[in-house]
Amino acid sequence: MIEVEGLRREFKVATSKGLRRRYKTVTAVDGVSFGVAAGEAVGYVGPNGAGKSTTIKMLTGILVPTSGRVRVSGVDPSKQRRDLARRIGVVFGQRSQLWWDLPLRDSFDLLRSIYRVPPRDYRARLDECVELLGLRETLATPVRQLSLGQRMRGEITAALLHAPELLVLDEPTIGLDLESKERLREFLKDINTRRGTTLLLTTHDLDDIERLCPRLMVIDHGRVLADGPLDDLRAEVTPERELVIDLREPGPAPDVPGVTAVRSEAGGLRHHLTFRRAEMTAAQLITLVVRQVEVHDLAVVEPEIDDVIRKLYQRQTLTGRTSVES
Amino acid sequence: MTTNVVFGLLRVAVLVAALKAADGEIADYGIAATNTYVWIGQGLLGFILLWGTNELAERVRSGDVVVDLYRPWNLQSALLAEDVGRSGFAFLTRLAPPVLFGMLLFPFQFPENAVQWPLFLVSALIALVISFAFRFLIDVSAFWLIDNRGLYGFWNVTSGLLCGLTVPIAFFPEWAREALWMTPFPALLQAPIDVFLGHGSAPKLLLYQAFWAVVMLGLGHLALQRAVRKVVVQGG
Repeated sequence: MIEVEGLRREFKVATSKGLRRRYKTVTAVDGVSFGVAAGEAVGYVGPNGAGKSTTIKMLTGILVPTSGRVRVSGVDPSKQRRDLARRIGVVFGQRSQLWWDLPLRDSFDLLRSIYRVPPRDYRARLDECVELLGLRETLATPVRQLSLGQRMRGEITAALLHAPELLVLDEPTIGLDLESKERLREFLKDINTRRGTTLLLTTHDLDDIERLCPRLMVIDHGRVLADGPLDDLRAEVTPERELVIDLREPGPAPDVPGVTAVRSEAGGLRHHLTFRRAEMTAAQLITLVVRQVEVHDLAVVEPEIDDVIRKLYQRQTLTGRTSVES
Repeated sequence: MTTNVVFGLLRVAVLVAALKAADGEIADYGIAATNTYVWIGQGLLGFILLWGTNELAERVRSGDVVVDLYRPWNLQSALLAEDVGRSGFAFLTRLAPPVLFGMLLFPFQFPENAVQWPLFLVSALIALVISFAFRFLIDVSAFWLIDNRGLYGFWNVTSGLLCGLTVPIAFFPEWAREALWMTPFPALLQAPIDVFLGHGSAPKLLLYQAFWAVVMLGLGHLALQRAVRKVVVQGG
């Protein structure tokens, strides 16, 4: 669905004021390569300024790459922008494609004409989205009077009316409350699994990734730092897991070779043990532990996705490189 | 609309005073023709959206233009269609009222030949297209300038004089007149008024307008293409 090879984009930025302008070249995207197969759901994360939006703009044909090769849905985005627009849907969390002063229904109707969607398909798709997203009551409301959550649901409906093969979402959950976020995620998950719509989404909310995207790509300074299933990344970046045990009676931490007792709480009632996931499974460790002490309760703590990504960034900083050349 | 009529009254007063001082006629414009010129001009002004909005430029500045660019449409045609729609409404609210007002209350020079009515409508429509093409170019300049309000302001100040709104182009000295008719400016306002008044040859005026409509739209098309290829979309 998406093939990207050696994608690069530079910008000129003025560095001095006055008549003699000097420019330096900033590389926003620096040799990015990846592929996305049909039906996948991929999360694209990175800090502000990492090059996410620039990549998205090149994938949708709005920006022309400085160099590299891009194919989306079989076409070259910047050369066949209009062709591509018919096949993909795009939602920018911070921009609106609806008509500010028109009721939601009229916006959808205009999009139907712009994308030349046959009336029957249009009605079926609209009904489905309206049902699943609970937009029935807001259809007659002018867009300017919608809440952010309602508007985002409208935006996503707008992007799906022409049944795109690929839906690109640039921070779709930004600014939404928990319930609205959850509702959107559920809906996106549904169209991904049921309709097979490929999803590519950028986000700062890692819950989006955890809930929606089996695959995660991390980008920083214009380069892909990591690409793979979330679980694998976890294993690679944070090789240690933690087992928390509550004992029946206060006592010393059990002593298992290869396991570190990091700290104990409540006067020896609770112990935190870390172990390397490569060396033993949680089940093995638990078996060893219950042989030594009487366990009341236990829990295996996986590192949070935020930790995983923070570790990835740190690793990047250690290798030290800058993306700014003059 | 009321503003339009009030300005019309002011302009009639000034121009008619000038005519009286010049023995009742300046370059084909008698009292009736001058009144007609003013009221048609006041109406056309709104119809062709001469000082329309700077909306696209604002969208370029804020970066919202990405939304316009990823749609499967030709942006220029889409915006032209929007303007044509607006002018349909403006025909009823902006063009008809001042013209009717002038017709009923002032000496008015009606077309001698009935065919001038439809020709005038065609001419006004082409003027609308040229007006759109001008503003589209100014809008697209925002891709390079980021903030084109200076240029837009300059357009607002000069277009009225150059297109024959302030005084008929026939009142200009000969060299200025000839120079102006080499530009697309008179095609915006003076040409449709001339068609209505029967000044000059209507087919020639329409051809002149059509030529500039094509040229200006073509320039806008090229400018947008270049803008999209080389220019940066603002914001994350």
